Amino acid sequence: MTNQYEVVIGLEVHVELKTQTKLFCGCANGFGQDPNSQTCPVCLGMPGVLPVLNGEAVALATRAALALHCTVNSYSKFDRKQYFYPDLPKAYQISQYDQPLAENGHVTIHTAAGKRNIGIERIHMEEDAGKLNHLGQRLGDAEGSLVDLNRAGVPLIEIVSRPEMHSPEEARQYLVELRTILSYLDISDLRMEEGSMRCDANVSLRPLDFTGSLADLPRVEIKNVNSFRNVQRGIEFEINRQRQMLQTGQRIIKETRGFDDASGSTYSQRSKEEANDYRYFPEPDLPPLVLTEKWLKEQREALPQLPDELRQSLAERGVAERDAEVLVQDVNLYHYWSQVVALVSDARLVTNWLLSDYSRLMNANNLSFAEPKVSAHGLASLLSLITAGTLSGKMAKEVLETMFDTGETAEAVVKRLGLSQITDHNAIKEIVSAVVAANPAVVQDFVSGKEKALTFLVGQVMKQTKGQAKPDLVNALLREVLATYA
Amino acid sequence: MGTIDWDAVQTADQVQRGEISAAECVEAALSRIDNTNPTVHAFLHVDADRALARARFMDHNLTRETKANLPLAGVPVAIKDNMVTTDMPTTAGSKILEGFRSPYNATVVELLEQAGAIIVGKTNMDEFAMGSSTEHSAYGVTRNPWDLTRVPGGSSGGSAAAVAARMVPLALGSDTGGSIRLPASYCGVFGIKPTYGRVSRYGLIAYASSLDQIGPLARSVRDLSRTLHLIARHDAKDATSLDANTILEAPIPTALQSLRIGLPEEYFGEGIDVRVRTVIEKTLDRLRESGVDLIPISLPHTRYAIATYYLIAPAEASSNLSRYDGVRYGLRVVGDDLIHMYQNTRQEGFGPEVKRRILLGTHALSAGYYDAYYLKAQKVRTLIRQDFDNAFEKVDLIVTPTVADLPFKLGERDLDPLQMYLTDIFTVTTNLAGLPGLSQPIGLVDGLPVGLQWMGPPLAEDRVLSAASALEAILPSPEWPLSGGIQ
Amino acid sequence: MNLTEKEVRHVARLARLAISSVELSEATQALGRVLDYIDLLNELDTDAVPPTTHVEAIETVWRQDRVVPSLSPEEATANGPQVSSQMFVVPKILDGGEG
Ligand SMILES: [Zn+2]
Repeated sequence: MTNQYEVVIGLEVHVELKTQTKLFCGCANGFGQDPNSQTCPVCLGMPGVLPVLNGEAVALATRAALALHCTVNSYSKFDRKQYFYPDLPKAYQISQYDQPLAENGHVTIHTAAGKRNIGIERIHMEEDAGKLNHLGQRLGDAEGSLVDLNRAGVPLIEIVSRPEMHSPEEARQYLVELRTILSYLDISDLRMEEGSMRCDANVSLRPLDFTGSLADLPRVEIKNVNSFRNVQRGIEFEINRQRQMLQTGQRIIKETRGFDDASGSTYSQRSKEEANDYRYFPEPDLPPLVLTEKWLKEQREALPQLPDELRQSLAERGVAERDAEVLVQDVNLYHYWSQVVALVSDARLVTNWLLSDYSRLMNANNLSFAEPKVSAHGLASLLSLITAGTLSGKMAKEVLETMFDTGETAEAVVKRLGLSQITDHNAIKEIVSAVVAANPAVVQDFVSGKEKALTFLVGQVMKQTKGQAKPDLVNALLREVLATYA
Repeated sequence: MGTIDWDAVQTADQVQRGEISAAECVEAALSRIDNTNPTVHAFLHVDADRALARARFMDHNLTRETKANLPLAGVPVAIKDNMVTTDMPTTAGSKILEGFRSPYNATVVELLEQAGAIIVGKTNMDEFAMGSSTEHSAYGVTRNPWDLTRVPGGSSGGSAAAVAARMVPLALGSDTGGSIRLPASYCGVFGIKPTYGRVSRYGLIAYASSLDQIGPLARSVRDLSRTLHLIARHDAKDATSLDANTILEAPIPTALQSLRIGLPEEYFGEGIDVRVRTVIEKTLDRLRESGVDLIPISLPHTRYAIATYYLIAPAEASSNLSRYDGVRYGLRVVGDDLIHMYQNTRQEGFGPEVKRRILLGTHALSAGYYDAYYLKAQKVRTLIRQDFDNAFEKVDLIVTPTVADLPFKLGERDLDPLQMYLTDIFTVTTNLAGLPGLSQPIGLVDGLPVGLQWMGPPLAEDRVLSAASALEAILPSPEWPLSGGIQ
Repeated sequence: MNLTEKEVRHVARLARLAISSVELSEATQALGRVLDYIDLLNELDTDAVPPTTHVEAIETVWRQDRVVPSLSPEEATANGPQVSSQMFVVPKILDGGEG
């Protein structure tokens, strides 16, 4: 029974753009300010005001569109989407309806069956709404709400995928890759918990014998889920709910549902059958947006290297695919990595250190690579001490932990703790000879074929050098000396 | 002749030369307002103290050189109440904005004050500029100074009546379908609607955004020129504001016979009051006598203009007026929950004509009707524009009656909105095409004024003003009503 | 096109107008007449005609991304019919609000 339906998922992702000012007025685009302290007549929707488009918002939106392989329309326009709500001061949202900024892009995800492109139908610009603080526990109980319009008018892009995902996991992958790509553009904070990235998921089940248009399937929209994990959970719940309904002969209705974090379930918010009639029409206050080839070229040239390119160049540098993925998915980590590699050049060594010991320390201290505790320079000089043979891996680890705690440089730690590997051939050979001379029984064991005896002798040498002798050198010299006993 | 008989240019000249103080001009205007406004009801709000304070400041603190750089030094000016002002209330003639105080000034208000004008008050208007008679104001009707039983036209009826009654020499109005030119014609004053985008709309309470334009009303063509010279400037706060050549400060003297002037047959057909027709024909004869070649032309889509206008304007209005929701400013009428608060506030705050247009506009944009109504109207709008493009290949200017009839009696057209809508038939076309249109008083019939309309290509305000000025020079000086005051 | 009271009631709801039954029937009649008049436009074949959304030939008007001082919260809320903690107060929202 479970294979009777194909899951069809489409995602609408809203991303707030990191401009200095709002989309249509000069108010600062900030977060967490005093209520209504970042408002002006324009974003308050006062009588007589007019919107003036923020050119930087168009540039950031265009870069996102280009990075997502969209066609940027040389002609687009703004429209009014009309509905009454206290967080929407003009009772219309300036958005783009039938001629959006960009269309026909894609995001590549990696499934068990290989790479797959999830289509992006369109990307358009619009203004954000303000914030309501409800006076009661839940919307229905509240005696009223308080309206703060600081966020009203903040620039957003809406990225609408095609309904081409077929499992919650694919939806998650799409979101992760989308966020990764956008993170390299530095156009948004992309924080779901602060609302700078938001996701609505459209979920429907297509009976396998259904041949009509997808648009005719009853579609359920899960609104404003606040984490990738919950998007996945919400979709999972919705698939099961719809499947059960269909299997018991019930009809799915087109509706908007909310997601309840505690129970992991979705609940009905508003039936779309009596949905709003948004009465879109072209915004008369804003002339059409016509982007020249020259301007588009400038935006294309402003694009940084994007994840797919980075993955390829990491592979070329010998970084394992799994490691490369970890690096690429955290733009700050990746930038840190490239700074260190520029100084040390052994990409694999840097990767190993970053992804194991350093990341462990960062995670344990809840830190982000946006503000690394040890600078790229600091880590590079530590790693140089390893390549030069001054420090063993074990010693380096200790040094790193100390650097992390005290903020000292690698050299300072090494000097203070007297930690440096003895690489002097003659010095070690002297100790080796002494150890061999002091342990005739063990030497005899070795000579008679007990390889394990060597480990004991190495241990003795290391003990005498307080661990500072270079282990492979000790090994080699021991064999050299022991050979004379054979 | 007292100062109230002067036009704005003469007033400013006298103040600049120190022949008279700004305070004397303002006092004369205020006293005229005291006498006539209670009857005419042109003003909704007069701020005598502020006006006098500003005038005295100018008199006491500004040097003659500084005043010489103020083209409207000491000129008392009235502002239609749909342009926002920080120092005076702004209601747009609506109860829903009762008590509202704008935190910013309209761009035109700033420009006028920078030029030395003294704003004395805010004038009455049809609520949100929706009407042709100024009867649809929440604050009472304005009466036509020529006949107090008749309407002054609308929606800038307060501004037109204030200028005609010589309460002020100059006023600003706004024109969406004829709202400057129609009351100018009915009140016997000059009024011009500039090319769309000429004057910043920042601070003009929107009625129909793609049609609205601010313009002056005055008692001379040169006053219109001087005012437009000052206010028709590019404004970065209005994305539809044009960056074009400044309009000349005074009309250039032009020989009328050098102009090719078109007479569109559609504007001279049936339905024009014979008395109006007589006065218009007489004026056209004067033009012919001066050697002007009047060229018959056709603007074939004229008959669709009103239908087009009454889709586009209400549709945009329904959207523009959604912000009056009782949340951030203006009237709030309580309700059990949000939606009832919205409904009660808007139900009580808007008058019947505004509600009619909101319903009409909402319908025209609603699902399933958009293509048949709004989109259709935008397409016909293209045809109407093309009519003008074609005509202006053959002629430099077009002349028509401003309105087909004489000012009607108060209350006469209350019952039939459609009849009221048809009043705008000769004026809406220039709004739809975005062109300049000027109404000029050309004489009286039965004691009521008749207006002639000039229409020009986009940005041809200088040409329109020059022609009107040349005609002004060959016509007898206009008369002004209420010369004996109110009996 | 004939307009029904039901349609006018729907439109009134969209526009958030609590019109009375008297107003409803008056409005239905008045708007019906206007719409009958507007039918005039159907004389014209406009299939090949582009719509005019802006009469001016201007495009791409945008500004620099530079901060301009905002109003103070007191100024911003000075006209508010009901204000608390420098925010606008609205009555309770039922049914998701928008609908
Ligand atoms: Zn703002």
